[in-house]
Amino acid sequence: MLPTPSTCHVCFDRVYEPAEDSYLLLDTLSSGSETAFLQDRFGDATSSPPVVLEVGVGSGVVLAFVAANARTIFGRHDVLTLGTDINSFACKAAAQTVRHAVNEREDGRSVFADVVNGDLASAIRPRSIDMFVFNPPYVPAELPDLSRHETYNTMPEGKKATSFEQDSYLLELSYAGGADGMVVTNRMLAQIPGILSADRGIAYVLLCAQNKPDIVKQRIREWGPGWMAETVGSSGKKAGWEKLVIVRIWRSLK
Amino acid sequence: MKLLTLNFLTCAIKTCKTNSASFPLHPRDAELEIVEADVNLPFLKNILPRLMWDELRGICTELGLPELPATPPTPADLIQPSSSTPETTDAAPIAEADEEPSQTAKDLHRVLLETCIQEGKLVCGACEHEYAVKEGVANFLLPGHLV
Repeated sequence: MLPTPSTCHVCFDRVYEPAEDSYLLLDTLSSGSETAFLQDRFGDATSSPPVVLEVGVGSGVVLAFVAANARTIFGRHDVLTLGTDINSFACKAAAQTVRHAVNEREDGRSVFADVVNGDLASAIRPRSIDMFVFNPPYVPAELPDLSRHETYNTMPEGKKATSFEQDSYLLELSYAGGADGMVVTNRMLAQIPGILSADRGIAYVLLCAQNKPDIVKQRIREWGPGWMAETVGSSGKKAGWEKLVIVRIWRSLK
Repeated sequence: MKLLTLNFLTCAIKTCKTNSASFPLHPRDAELEIVEADVNLPFLKNILPRLMWDELRGICTELGLPELPATPPTPADLIQPSSSTPETTDAAPIAEADEEPSQTAKDLHRVLLETCIQEGKLVCGACEHEYAVKEGVANFLLPGHLV
């Protein structure tokens, strides 16, 4: 079992704390079947380095895990990691998590770019991402009022701490997904074909049972010829709504 | 934020995506800082085809950094020629792990991965929207995202 990156420096009052969903992503990305798939796709050591983007990095635990275990996951350590988050506190915390996890390695360190503050992948150059990872706000709950975002996205002027209301708002961003928990995920899915590299791009998206994963997968397959969507990891309570799945989205190379 | 990151970013405004002037974003009023990092030679060799070289050169010029060569280096340019003469001519080829970065590789590493924008703005060449960089974090949130 590969070590989980340390997130002990992260303030979980305003940044999502790694939980069952995060750990399911770690387990799935490092599973034998996924590493075999990824090494088949990216393992040629002379091909260009896999560029990994995680949207909504939160604490950074997932991106840090990929960065620190690049050789196990991709079969090479010339991997570039990049993240985005809508929460500026998460951006800073996640960058620290990834840097620390990479630096802990004594050799074969991969390359970490940055975590930028943004809405999903709206600032990502088209066709530039090889592996995309998304642990969305998937809970069916009302979306927070984003008109407060600019005020709540930074430390209040002249203060050293955030308020309870500000922290609550920032945490809501990390889990509340609107109707069916799919409002944010649907916006992200619409961006995926545009950001993935044409020849080898691949995406991992986490869904919960209430997101209706079978319908989501079917819709992805209807994006066009060659698009595939399969469940490659699952966990959680078998009967409860919290049951989680990881869907792999890719275009068949054949 | 590292200059390499600019190779993967564009203006966040949807209508700019189809306008080639929206890439790269142009740093303005940038405060730079050098943050040292390990050289990852396989990465530098393999990322070359993915770098938008002319755009990267332009950014270096705009930042007042030493000029990059007109054409990107080849992977071979990034490897330090071995200084020790092999004792026998039929010696095994040097394993990749033993390759040392050349000065060209070190210079490229310095530009891409050690030169960081700490404060300043990134400006879209198409719509002229300015994105702020504060404490090394670029902010691409638009008023339209926050409704």
